Amino acid sequence: MTETASPTATPLKDTNFGKKSAGPVEWLDDRLGLAGVVRKNIRKVFPDHWSFLLGEIALWSFVVLLLTGTFLTFWFQPSMAEVPYNGSYEPLRGLEMSQAYASTLNISFDIRGGLLVRQIHHWAAALFMAALMAHMLRVFFTGAYRKPREINWLIGIGLFAVGLIEGFAGYSLPDDLLSGTGLRFVDGLIRSIPIVGSYLEFFVFGGEFPGELIIARLYMAHIFLLPGILLGLIAAHMLLLVYHKHTQWPGPGRTEKNVVGYPMLPVYAAKAGGFFFVVFGFTALMAAVIQINPIWTYGPYNPSEVTAGSQPDWYMGWVEGAVRIMPNWEFTIGPETFSLNVFIPAVLLMGLLFTVLAIWPFFESWVTGDKKEHHLLQRPRNAPTRTAFGVAGMTFYGICWIAGGNDIIALKFNLDIFTITWLARIGVFVGPVIAFIITRRICISLQRKDNDAVLHGYETGIIVRSPEGSYAEAHAPLPTDVAYTLTARPRVPELTAPEAEDEDGVRNPEGRKARLRAWAKRFFYAHDVDKPTREEVVESEHHFHDEVYPPHDFPDDFSGVSETGVPKHH
Amino acid sequence: MSSESHEQPTDGVAKPTSDELATPARNDIEPAEPIENPGLPEHLPRPTDVDPKLEKRAERQVAGMFTAAIILTIGFCVAYFAIPKDAEIFGWFSLNLALGLTLGGALFLIGIGAIQWAKKLMNDHEVIEMRHPARSSDDDREAALEVLDEGVSDSGFGRRPLIRRSLIGAVAILGLPAIVMLRDLGPLPGNKLFHTVWRKGMRVVNDVSGIPLRPGDIEVGQLVNAQPAVFFETDSHGHALFHGTKLLQAKAKASVIAVRIRPEDIKPRKGQANWDVDGIMVYSKICTHVGCPISLWEQQTHHLLCPCHQTTYDLADGGKVIFGPGKRPLPQLPLAVDAEGYLIATSDFHEPVGPSFPEVNQHRD
Repeated sequence: MTETASPTATPLKDTNFGKKSAGPVEWLDDRLGLAGVVRKNIRKVFPDHWSFLLGEIALWSFVVLLLTGTFLTFWFQPSMAEVPYNGSYEPLRGLEMSQAYASTLNISFDIRGGLLVRQIHHWAAALFMAALMAHMLRVFFTGAYRKPREINWLIGIGLFAVGLIEGFAGYSLPDDLLSGTGLRFVDGLIRSIPIVGSYLEFFVFGGEFPGELIIARLYMAHIFLLPGILLGLIAAHMLLLVYHKHTQWPGPGRTEKNVVGYPMLPVYAAKAGGFFFVVFGFTALMAAVIQINPIWTYGPYNPSEVTAGSQPDWYMGWVEGAVRIMPNWEFTIGPETFSLNVFIPAVLLMGLLFTVLAIWPFFESWVTGDKKEHHLLQRPRNAPTRTAFGVAGMTFYGICWIAGGNDIIALKFNLDIFTITWLARIGVFVGPVIAFIITRRICISLQRKDNDAVLHGYETGIIVRSPEGSYAEAHAPLPTDVAYTLTARPRVPELTAPEAEDEDGVRNPEGRKARLRAWAKRFFYAHDVDKPTREEVVESEHHFHDEVYPPHDFPDDFSGVSETGVPKHH
Repeated sequence: MSSESHEQPTDGVAKPTSDELATPARNDIEPAEPIENPGLPEHLPRPTDVDPKLEKRAERQVAGMFTAAIILTIGFCVAYFAIPKDAEIFGWFSLNLALGLTLGGALFLIGIGAIQWAKKLMNDHEVIEMRHPARSSDDDREAALEVLDEGVSDSGFGRRPLIRRSLIGAVAILGLPAIVMLRDLGPLPGNKLFHTVWRKGMRVVNDVSGIPLRPGDIEVGQLVNAQPAVFFETDSHGHALFHGTKLLQAKAKASVIAVRIRPEDIKPRKGQANWDVDGIMVYSKICTHVGCPISLWEQQTHHLLCPCHQTTYDLADGGKVIFGPGKRPLPQLPLAVDAEGYLIATSDFHEPVGPSFPEVNQHRD
């Protein structure tokens, strides 16, 4: 592999373009002195993997949101003043409605391209949260949050939390019947906050619900405060990514000390830059053919009306579900009433999720005692307990999310809604436990499978009959690259019980804490299958020579045969 | 923010030393890796690297996509001016469809073209860059501490506790104005959450037409959405007494439903025995859970289900909650018939309506 320029290329400074731009570039560098930064970063290496794309989708959909959102502000009027509608949507003409709703109708029907941009904006928001969460799961399940990236993980949690609120603020703005119902929910949620609930309600809404200020206040948060925070967090997230350099999957030539991939200029400039257009184009195509939030069918907000099947945007669905399945715990102590039926699922639960997510990297490193830097990712199977925790969390989230649509499920599948609710109530506790056990067992089995493949080779698909007449499938050793990749993971550490007493019989003052930690560590690594030792691998190589169909008779690029006997290739 | 990048001599197979492999120490003895890192595999040329015909084809593909994007963008502009806003095709808004398909297509093609260019034609040799620990070097740390020390001791921040403490106090107390100034975000709740516009003698009217309800208008098993008559009244100038935000705020509390249940089925709550008129009862329409208007009515079981979170009330049993996350029973409006035979309230609700709040069970006038 020679230096990357192809032999026919002329150096940039000798091309026409180079000669013309030399002057301006010099002028700029005389003032900004950026050559050092360019030298260090322009060929920065990024590793390639499909899962690294998820965060990029979130990033680009955020840019799409900024662009389309700016367009929408040209016409949207964040006012709750009631005006009669006289735009071009016939069925609502003459009706009294808020200016917010009327201007949203105006954007949808009277501004050319307004509906398209509104729908791109809404789809991009749904995509932003989806990509963000998928990215977070990728980072979690591969252990990418480990040292030195814990702070970037926390920034990511911040993005997640602010993104949820930003999305909610956004879909509350049109002041249609659906978004007003969402605000009514928030009103109930704020009221449920112990002691100060009703005061907070009056402060947030500027008086009694719905008041005339909430849309303007949410608008400020939605277009200024929260995007500003998001932008700052994203900038920090990216800077840290550049500083730490991207994690990579283990493989031949890839180590903890290097990063192998393609340079930013030109490969990632083209791939990532192109990907922005793909994301923007994709959301625009969705906006062209898939309707989202047709506010004109809902009508203006009216606190005495609601449509059956009212649902929040998807990323709020799990909170909605938790609120639905919560038992009706509400009690009064002295003069104060505590509405735990709302406060626990709508306020505490979200706080709990973010807290658990934020604490996890530090908790894991405390349990494992691992204080090293990690730049090689782990396959989910190689950290079975972490993976099991993650899947248990996803199960909890998923059951809550399903419960958020219990009425739709009851309707579509003709089931009893109370039964579904009860199943979900039980499921949120039982489901994660079952998911944990099953996931951990699957991971451990997959570790065994990997070890098997390393030690016993892969199944070739060739059935051999021995002289005695028995049939067996011939195995062949994995190519070295594949075998190496399967074993490129940390060993399971040795688990020892902490000393309760030292040799003089003095009790270890740290005894209880150390024992707890040892127990947690044992739990974390329990049943993990360690990778084979060198001796085992050497030993296994001899086996292949004893086989009835010795694999060294296979051609070099042979990698087994398919069910129909056609040779496959690695 | 960046670190130096050393590109290794790039004939690919950079043999890593064994300490580059991440293996946590086990009793300080590193067991050997079962399989040694074989190094970067040999670079294999792509078809476009070796076949000029394929290279040309890829070039044409990329340029073709960019050209198609230009055409689509022009198509976008044409559609913007040519298609009327209200035109429909297959039940879709034609303009939205045309603008979306052309713009989306153009963006998509630019993106795909750039990626195709990168994958097929740009240099695809993998590059190795070395990592460095995230921490600063010991030298930097020491030097940083030194200058920090110098700066801090120059200021005398450590030596002058009087200044230090008073400054910290002065800045900390600035938090107070920040909080105090939020006071006028809204008025205090006062008694507002305990009252609605219902008054003694106010008629119960149909929520759409405003026509007062008579007992004979409601059959057994029927549910009628209703409002207080005051929402349909006008002042001497012909202006509605309630409109705009004031109307919405009043409606958020005063909306009701009128149902008729066979009198023998009714088990009234304590102290609410005579609040019905021949089995006609008026309940608040606002769910006591988080305030959705409730309207899913099962006339056989006289259950009322909230469509938002499925709190289910038994209206024959004093509006008691029989399922779901809501707790308080649905407040009932005491009812009578006036001299002209119309349904009227005999007072406001006796308890707060709508979602619970901390003071909900206090008794206030």
